[in-house]
Amino acid sequence: MASSDRLLQVHNLSVSFDTPRGEVNAVRGISFDLGREKLGIVGESGSGKSQTGRAILGLTGPGSRVTADRLEFDGINLLNADQATLRRVRGARISMIMQDPKFSLNPVMSVGRQIEEAYLVHTRANRREARERTLSMLASVQIRNPERVYDAYPHEVSGGMGQRVMIAMMMIPEPDIIIADEPTSALDVTVQLQVLAILDDMVSRRGMGLMFISHDLNLVASFCDRVLVMYAGRVVEVCEASQLHHAQHPYTRGLIGCLPSVSHPHEVLAVLDRDPEWATAPSAADP
Amino acid sequence: MIRVDNLNIHFGQGARAFAAARDISFFVESGESFGLVGESGSGKTTVLRALAGLLDGVARVSGDMVVAGERLERRRSKSFRRQVQMVFQDPYGSLHPRHTVDQILSEPARIHRMDDIQGRVLTALEEVGLDRSFRFRFPHQISGGQRQRVAVARALITQPRIILLDEPTSALDVSVQAEVLNLLVRLRRERGLTYILVSHNLAVVSHMCNRLAVMQQGRILETLEVARLRDGTPDQAYTRALLLASQGYDRAAADSVDLLDRP
Repeated sequence: MASSDRLLQVHNLSVSFDTPRGEVNAVRGISFDLGREKLGIVGESGSGKSQTGRAILGLTGPGSRVTADRLEFDGINLLNADQATLRRVRGARISMIMQDPKFSLNPVMSVGRQIEEAYLVHTRANRREARERTLSMLASVQIRNPERVYDAYPHEVSGGMGQRVMIAMMMIPEPDIIIADEPTSALDVTVQLQVLAILDDMVSRRGMGLMFISHDLNLVASFCDRVLVMYAGRVVEVCEASQLHHAQHPYTRGLIGCLPSVSHPHEVLAVLDRDPEWATAPSAADP
Repeated sequence: MIRVDNLNIHFGQGARAFAAARDISFFVESGESFGLVGESGSGKTTVLRALAGLLDGVARVSGDMVVAGERLERRRSKSFRRQVQMVFQDPYGSLHPRHTVDQILSEPARIHRMDDIQGRVLTALEEVGLDRSFRFRFPHQISGGQRQRVAVARALITQPRIILLDEPTSALDVSVQAEVLNLLVRLRRERGLTYILVSHNLAVVSHMCNRLAVMQQGRILETLEVARLRDGTPDQAYTRALLLASQGYDRAAADSVDLLDRP
């Protein structure tokens, strides 16, 4: 990857938490670069994929410790940047889409006002400009009647529409990077397809970098350009998404093997035999 | 084994009543595994709950349901409650948090006045692949997959002939899902059980079932053999769209789904 295409550089990132039972290492020394691409991060629950996304924005919460040799975005060291610098990065240049719009939208504020607020906070626009931008943003996430949805409250919109509203809100400051943590897991499959198509179009049209965190291997293989497979806080494999089904690591192969399939039925599903060595081997390098 | 005729389910009263299921009819042969598939709000879980008798006093249920030769009355008989068991979606919510695994498993046996409760608990644990050390643990001390095994063991303890499965693996990681699905397949084969499986996941249903009904907005759109799903030849465009969407992301497919006429 040419250095100009490199939006984010992560080197030897670790995240740990202090708990009453001692230190828990959620992420253990992983490294990768994010360019203007769709980078998938897959793994099972507890693999550290969400904490990786949160660590980039400094959202790991109290009791957490984030260390890295390098965590750099556009010449800014995100690890020791002051709060004022971080505020200019968060939302404006790196934003995050969460799993469930029901819990991440403000229930007592109309959808339009929330999107507008995201724009007003990060630009010097006035209210009228912000409203116009909001309406055109709602239209670009395929909402057929933007005026009506602008005035709706989060409980009045469906899950799929709520997630499109979230995407509109995260896109409106035109960030360079979007971190999407299971953005479609709470949606029905047909709605998921539509929401992903919107995300896909926007990311490629604006040349953004997308970090797509998911537990769904088939989805990541078909949606992303490149994939990191995480296990026990480490990256066990990095590959082109199109090559995921020819993955080398036994964990990745095991995960693919235990999925039931409509077209290739098996009497008994393969079961994953976990090798303790997977958890201790050093992270795979990002080539 | 199970026959449902013209089942209608309404929540609420009068003009504001909401029809969650409309004119639902299907049958399930003895020893068969039947799938109910649909997206959220399609009514699949409601139909299952109606069959289990969990909607009494919650919704108006009309229509005929016959299970193992017994026409179901509003109040289920004790023999129905022994022969028909249910496994729920969320193993975190469906086990009593302050009961040990032993209490959870022995309660249904005690209710049905069965003998040798201790022996039955140990057998049930063994059948779902949990060793004896789990017996006196609490649900929060075991993993999600192990909890779902306990839920299956609880369903088995009354020696039922029918098990109603409501999204039994959707809260689990795929590697754990594979273990639980294998367990369910083996138990059905060994005990000649009849299953109704509710799921939004076509791959899971096609793995587990012989036939399935596809539901949308409270109605059954079509009932078909799983083989038709494999060949990609369902009659209804909606079923084909579901099939397409379940196979991962495809930019062109997204546009074709968008064009679908949704009633």
